[in-house]
Amino acid sequence: MTHAATAHHTSTGLDSRKMAFWAFIGSECLLFGSLISTYLVYKGRSVVGPYPHEILNIPFTSVSTFDLLMSSLMMVLALAAVQRGDMRWGKVWLFSTALLGLVFLGGQVIEFTEFMHKGLTMSTNLFGCTFFVLTGTHGAHVAVGVLWLLTLWVRALQGKLGPANAMTVEITGLYWHFVDVVWIIIFTVVYLIQ
Amino acid sequence: MSEEHQHPSVDVYLRVAAALVILTVLEVGVFYVPAFHPVLVPVLLVLSAAKFALVVMFYMHLKADSKLFTFLFGAPLLLAVGVMVALLFLFLGALTLKGAGAAGAG
Repeated sequence: MTHAATAHHTSTGLDSRKMAFWAFIGSECLLFGSLISTYLVYKGRSVVGPYPHEILNIPFTSVSTFDLLMSSLMMVLALAAVQRGDMRWGKVWLFSTALLGLVFLGGQVIEFTEFMHKGLTMSTNLFGCTFFVLTGTHGAHVAVGVLWLLTLWVRALQGKLGPANAMTVEITGLYWHFVDVVWIIIFTVVYLIQ
Repeated sequence: MSEEHQHPSVDVYLRVAAALVILTVLEVGVFYVPAFHPVLVPVLLVLSAAKFALVVMFYMHLKADSKLFTFLFGAPLLLAVGVMVALLFLFLGALTLKGAGAAGAG
């Protein structure tokens, strides 16, 4: 499999959109780096509960993590299908990726609701504030990714997505995988290292 | 530089997915096994870094793609990690000084 041919000549021989998107992902590294830093700096400084070990549900979040990892697999399968012109499977994998993203978001809504019922809000303590800002920002990124994927899926249904647009799918995939790697870090730093 | 390069095959994508699942199971397993608690943080960080690398190298295609993309991603990533480490040292240092000051006053 190879990339779709570039639509225009560039001095580097690289697709400009892809290069711009990698630069954007670089800036996102700094955004999430600052949020994770803030979480770590204030870790263990809450003076009132609920504390992380009292409230975090590891089995539930492990399932969410598995769900997001599998969505990344669906995404690369979608890209491979679009690149070889197999739009039937391309549509299936694109929709599966979006669906798994929606399942992840549903899990996050359940988790946030449960935490609020147990008395943890953004204003309860430092843990609540940094936890909701970090995981909420990540969730917002997942929501944007789901909308993006569903848009591509609708375009595929309309017959407007094919091997010639493989770069569009690849860039969508870059965003989706980045959201996945950010979650890999959050799962370890927030949930497992308490 | 040319953009033409090989993306991994579907077989490679499936193998990477299997590795990611195994690493996640190991992470959760290590969390629940008391014997690992003394080395929990380094073990979890290594497992997490392995998962991160697998996704970035194979699913985001950095292993086969242009080195310029690796630079565009790697440079800000290193900067973010540097800022994180610096902040942790600054805050931990501030706490230590505060603790020493309080002890001295007491």
